[in-house]
Amino acid sequence: MSGLHRVVITGLGAITSLGLDAAEFWQSLAAGKSGITPLPTYEQGTIRFKNAASIKGYDRDAHFPDKNVALMDRSAQLALVAAREAVKQSGIEWNDDLRATAAIVTGCCMGGRAVEEVGYWEMYHHGRPRVNPLTIPLSMESAGASHISIEYGIQGPTYTVSTACSSSAHAIGQAFWMVRSGAVPVAICGGSEAPLFFGGLKAWEAMRVVSHDTCRPFSADRTGMVLGEGGAMMVLEPLDAALARGAKPIAEIVGFGMSSDASHMTQPSPEGAARAMKAAMRDGGLTNEQISYVNAHGTATEANDRVESAALRLVFGDYADDGLAISSTKSMHAHTFGAAGAVEAVVTALAIQNSVLPPTINFNQVDPACGLDVVPNEARSRVIDAALSNSFAFGGLNAVLAFKSYR
Amino acid sequence: MEVTERYVPESIQDRVLRLVAGVRRIPVEDVTPEKTFEDLGMDSLDKLNLLFEVENEFDVEIDDQEAKQISRVSEMIVGVTQLVEAKEKSSSAT
Repeated sequence: MSGLHRVVITGLGAITSLGLDAAEFWQSLAAGKSGITPLPTYEQGTIRFKNAASIKGYDRDAHFPDKNVALMDRSAQLALVAAREAVKQSGIEWNDDLRATAAIVTGCCMGGRAVEEVGYWEMYHHGRPRVNPLTIPLSMESAGASHISIEYGIQGPTYTVSTACSSSAHAIGQAFWMVRSGAVPVAICGGSEAPLFFGGLKAWEAMRVVSHDTCRPFSADRTGMVLGEGGAMMVLEPLDAALARGAKPIAEIVGFGMSSDASHMTQPSPEGAARAMKAAMRDGGLTNEQISYVNAHGTATEANDRVESAALRLVFGDYADDGLAISSTKSMHAHTFGAAGAVEAVVTALAIQNSVLPPTINFNQVDPACGLDVVPNEARSRVIDAALSNSFAFGGLNAVLAFKSYR
Repeated sequence: MEVTERYVPESIQDRVLRLVAGVRRIPVEDVTPEKTFEDLGMDSLDKLNLLFEVENEFDVEIDDQEAKQISRVSEMIVGVTQLVEAKEKSSSAT
């Protein structure tokens, strides 16, 4: 590993159904709260499922008082809100050199499609001859990354990864590699998603994987996934630089692994998921027994939960059933798609920092095809030396991040 | 001429067989009610497409949980028949 930097997280930001900032988010996670609440009614029609994890109490105008908000759809706003919190916590002071070279890598898979939908609805149904002139810049998946760049004047590598539910795990992984190699001196990375709009909800309804009530990952009585919105960002920098400026590392990122199932658009493969986990552990120089906790992808679909359990056994062998703790915090903040990798990376970092395993809530009954220790229903104290965060996307694109405690 | 009594009206059966053949992209002669979707080489996404085609063709809503239970073409035909009958009943009642 000579020549490579150790990479630490020095700032975190999160805006989710469980809270408007990372502190409130963590309190809710540790308390096993659910962010899943009833959807509003939509004038365009009905939706078969009734609940989703929406952000409560978000005041757009308080965050964005000036005219520039007209340029930002909800997913870009969530990206910037989370980035501001992460940058503030990091205490980083921008200078010209840093601005010229810092990176921003975000993940998002739906961008501002809600904006497109409104414009097209008016055009098709009400005969309006034109759509919002900002439809294109509002709907780009990369809008959040651009807004963060503009806000801080950051001019280095800035881009967005779109790999469905793995998007922001891929984004953080690439940012981690750039900081580790010395290619960039600091990176803001994470993701955001605002999928709770009528057309998006109907598209998920048609997939027949959404629960009619709530999210019960790994529980035999699960009924599918729940959709959620959110934004989560982190600031990554080399350990020596962080310590030199007096920053307090929250946790260390040590490894990143990717793989593709190369098999099916919606049916995951245990081998593909296992290869990504092994790659992340190899990249981070971690052994099985060093991993105390895995933040599972855990969508609460039968396909994911069984395949992910099998993949964990492929990677960890007997230790998967005897010593390893996993949990799906999607049971609380639901599935935030392009933001999920970042939301769950924040969960994992905070779990390490607080020495607490966040639970899998709504867990009623062991599914024999899963059967691992999922930290059912209540958080548990445990010193976490190292942890993984799994993200497995439709289309078989897998991304796994490996973390270590910084002590 | 021999007349056979059938619970399932032939037209519904024929329409379902046509939709299955269309989704699977095979000749309709190769689709018979006793075949399972697995026999026909249909995976979860093919089944999803079939449910969409069937809902559109008959203007019915198929429940997610009930859809999961269906593994054979004949079960789809019976299920659709029940949904169509229920729809006709409720529209004649109003």
